[in-house]
Amino acid sequence: MVDLAALEAEARESLAEAGDEAGLESWRIDWLGRRGRLTSVLRGVRDLPADERPAVGAGANRLKSVLEEAVTARQLELLAAVSDGPALDVSLPGRRPPLGSLHPITLTRRMMERTFRDMGFDVVEGPDVELEEYNFDRLRIPAGHPARDMWDTIWVADDGSGGPRQLLRTHTSPMQIRYLERRQPPIRVIVPGTCYRYEATDATHEWMLTQIEGLVIDEDLSFAHLKGTLEAFVRRVFGPDIETRFRCDYFPFVEPGAELGVRWQGDWLEVLGCGMVHPEIIADAGLDPDRFTGFAFGMGVERVAMLRYGVRDIRHFYRNDVRFLREFDQFRGTA
Amino acid sequence: MDVPLKWLARYVDWNLSVEELAHRLSMAGAEVESIRRSGADWDQVVVARVAAVEQHPNADRLRLATVDFGSDEPLQVVCGAPNLAPGQTVAFAHVGAQLLDPNTRELRKLRKGKIRGVTSLGMVCSERELGLSDEHEGILELDTEAELGTPLADVLGDVVLDIKPTPNRPDHFSILGIAREIAALTNGTVREPLASYTESETAANQRTSVEIDDAAGCPRYTAIVIDGVTVGPSPQWMQDALTSAGMRPINNIVDVTNYVMLEWGQPLHAFDYEILREHRIVVRRAHPDEHLQLLDGSELKLEPDDLVIADAERAVALAGIMGGAESEISDRTTTILLETANFQEASIRRSSARHTESGTEASRRFEKSLNPELAELAARRAAALIVETAGGSACRGIVDTYPGRTHQPQVVVTQRRIEQILGIQPSVETVRGLLSALGISNRWLPPDRYAVSCPPWRSDIAVADDVVEEIGRIIGYDNLPSDPLAGAVPDPDIDPERVLGERIRDVLTSLGLREIITYVTVGEDEIIATAAESGSAPASIRLQNPMNAARERMRSSLRPWGLRTFALNQREARGGLGLYEVGKTFSPRSGRLPLEERVALALLGGETASTVHGGTERELDFFDAKGILEQLGAGLGVEFQLSADAQDAALVTGQSATVNVRGKQVGVLGMVSPNVAARFDVEGDIFALELSIGDLAALMREEVTVSSPSVYPAAVEDLALIVDSSTPAGDLASAIAGNGLVEAVELFDIYSGDQIPDGSKSLAFRVYYRSPDRTLTDRDVEKARRGIVRRVESQFSAVLRDS
Repeated sequence: MVDLAALEAEARESLAEAGDEAGLESWRIDWLGRRGRLTSVLRGVRDLPADERPAVGAGANRLKSVLEEAVTARQLELLAAVSDGPALDVSLPGRRPPLGSLHPITLTRRMMERTFRDMGFDVVEGPDVELEEYNFDRLRIPAGHPARDMWDTIWVADDGSGGPRQLLRTHTSPMQIRYLERRQPPIRVIVPGTCYRYEATDATHEWMLTQIEGLVIDEDLSFAHLKGTLEAFVRRVFGPDIETRFRCDYFPFVEPGAELGVRWQGDWLEVLGCGMVHPEIIADAGLDPDRFTGFAFGMGVERVAMLRYGVRDIRHFYRNDVRFLREFDQFRGTA
Repeated sequence: MDVPLKWLARYVDWNLSVEELAHRLSMAGAEVESIRRSGADWDQVVVARVAAVEQHPNADRLRLATVDFGSDEPLQVVCGAPNLAPGQTVAFAHVGAQLLDPNTRELRKLRKGKIRGVTSLGMVCSERELGLSDEHEGILELDTEAELGTPLADVLGDVVLDIKPTPNRPDHFSILGIAREIAALTNGTVREPLASYTESETAANQRTSVEIDDAAGCPRYTAIVIDGVTVGPSPQWMQDALTSAGMRPINNIVDVTNYVMLEWGQPLHAFDYEILREHRIVVRRAHPDEHLQLLDGSELKLEPDDLVIADAERAVALAGIMGGAESEISDRTTTILLETANFQEASIRRSSARHTESGTEASRRFEKSLNPELAELAARRAAALIVETAGGSACRGIVDTYPGRTHQPQVVVTQRRIEQILGIQPSVETVRGLLSALGISNRWLPPDRYAVSCPPWRSDIAVADDVVEEIGRIIGYDNLPSDPLAGAVPDPDIDPERVLGERIRDVLTSLGLREIITYVTVGEDEIIATAAESGSAPASIRLQNPMNAARERMRSSLRPWGLRTFALNQREARGGLGLYEVGKTFSPRSGRLPLEERVALALLGGETASTVHGGTERELDFFDAKGILEQLGAGLGVEFQLSADAQDAALVTGQSATVNVRGKQVGVLGMVSPNVAARFDVEGDIFALELSIGDLAALMREEVTVSSPSVYPAAVEDLALIVDSSTPAGDLASAIAGNGLVEAVELFDIYSGDQIPDGSKSLAFRVYYRSPDRTLTDRDVEKARRGIVRRVESQFSAVLRDS
């Protein structure tokens, strides 16, 4: 008759002596391995008299699982002791994976795009090099018109082909015309893009700038919709408590025309130009201006970025000094 | 435009603070850029009378003035002004007053001083010292009934609004135009200035004639002849008004023309009638080699494009810009010809740009496009003022040559349109009231419309919505309702290249690269230096007026600015530097808009990060750049293949490759040639990855599905193959991966040397076998391995190396 109780006591005693992973492994071999002591007891069961077999077999199997649990418990006990490791100098620098970044203009542009997308706007782009006709004439700014002075233009040199005059677009507004050529109302679109002005640069002027144009046309849209949409945009960009105001302003392709200002750190600052789409632009698109009305707007991404992030010199944006770009790491994910 | 409030108050009343007035004007479209208060600095400057004048004992040119400013004891001051005389009312500055130093133009505190031995206890001021004008020849003589001792600010002080008109509102270049705005904004009315005078029996058209040779350049020319004028100073009130608006008084005739220009926004010019040959006017383009001396003394060589006012023989004025010196009003002038004309804005703009630095008061107004109807109103007003201030008598009638007369149509505005655009329905009374206050004549046509006509001082009331704007802006945009957008959301217009560009930004950013956005203009030398084809520049677009003459081309690649920006940042880049740009390149298409293509360029160089934790520092190399490409491919769901060599003149031969997708080239990858890098001041090795987003977008798979990971275990085996050393490892890996049971292949060792025949190398791959639907047996794996070995033996003459 095998004394399972004595066997268990012996096994536990020897387990308590195992002090590391190697000790545990040899204990496992000694007791639970192929030639281990408990294994041989289990093997010996078939040699026992028939009436003893069930009790010894069952007892030995139970003991096997008891010892398996005991060795797992002993292993955790030993690991708990190991978690007291040698002291690290935690002030040493970490191994930093490189941090990539979006350019602040991309970051701001996307934040603005997202705001309009949330309001159901489509996003499209247009050509940077434009025809004079689209940049000016079809926006009701014919040659010699006093309003042309509002945009100092960089012209493409004549290539001698006799083709129409080309220029670097001074605003994203030509896309109003191009979009109307291919789409029917309802229209609700924004056009981000780079624009160019023949203008001396200083802390607040850059000859290359990013604009976002907007165009909304549907049946019976009024100035109230212009206000509601742009106020919602400004609240999302500058915070829900931002104060806004609409001032009369002039752009040849809208009537009435306005500028939206926000009160920012105590001062009223112009954020965007806007207005109701001029009925001639709607009629030129083959639409009935008595039925279809709408509004358009345009704003500078750099200006919004400067206000939001407190950038004091617009020239930083295209100088691309990594020390400046790195400043925007803190805004990751806000677009 | 300077708008002095004292002058403005002649035409309109308001009951608002200056700040509120400026705010209301700005909100309605007449933007007040600044508010200037003249007299704000005039502490200690008072109205005084010159009681006596004596010669200075020690200086011939100085005199001693006894000044009475209402106190018991008059003071004595030293004064050098030639026009000082007893009995004059003057501005007297006490010691302590802040005056402008006539030379430095800075404010300086007046101190008690001794001049040539005589103590001076103050100063009799000139206009320049008070900041009123540049006049410094003599003292300022006041025309006031104010008590002696009254602060000068109470007499002469004024508030000036500096208004910046929009291009559609030339009337905002006039005091009356601003007065009409205020009347409309405050429910007031404008007091129209008087324009009536008595005419003589002589008909003007018997004294002169006007011939317009260029009707497009001059739609209208009116002339009034006034005989018997006496040229002299204009009345003090007019001089004060002009001075307060920043203009210098000259004489009564010229002052009237300037006064009416500021009042109405219509420039005028007065000629000495007797100087005009044959006493007639011809408006024409300049003759070849024609010269003209202007009022300011400058001598112009006229261009045939210049529009001039001529008499029978020669040019006497540069039309709409400045009069000529010869025919100017002088003390001897007795008969004048008063010109009030309309000139085409573009013509004036060209001449003005040619001959003046920043235009003149007249040209700035004409450039805004004036309504020709305004000319007659201003002409009559000026004639009335000249007769009033210079005497004489005006000939009967106006010689009015008006080839550009057009029918001025009535504009009909419905109530429905007002509501449709503004979202409100103002009462008939409100609409008519504000239009009338603006001087826009209007009729109510029941049941639902207004008939409106554009007033002579404006040209921006042409369609119904122009009237709607008037209503909206006077009511105030901030008083209009605000509604959210409703209605159908239109379907998007998806631009796959734009979407792909944004995805590339996201993936490259997540790989640790920083986005840059650079300028689109480059020099042709930079295009040549970075071109893929050696020795020849790709065609590029030249700008007519670039910001910088050295960069007069639109970029045909992102390389020049990318490299320059990399160099700029190298000094600050501790560890490696990775930059990228996603932008457009431009290539010409004859007679059409250029081809604009989206390109991504990533640049990588420098050393790996710090070695403080062990490991060795090394230079980033080709395979770091390739790793970026591979991870970009992973992030985009595209498998990029490289094919040596790129044949790109800007990249090092042997260290570059074309980047292909399914056999089609989409870009290049490689080390930038050291001479190209050095051209942009880049130090050390730099690697470039350039992708055509358009080409790549065309090869992107449209449908992408995600496969579920197998739940069965992988069998892992190492396979070492000996191949000729020229065999690309990637080709071998692809062959292994071609087996249906192989899930992944990783090259983990390359070896040549002992036990490997010369000219061969051993490549060790770790091969992962896995099935999606069962656990592989040893026999499955063995069978697969044999298949692989057979394939690489036949394809690459590879030999399985004994392990």
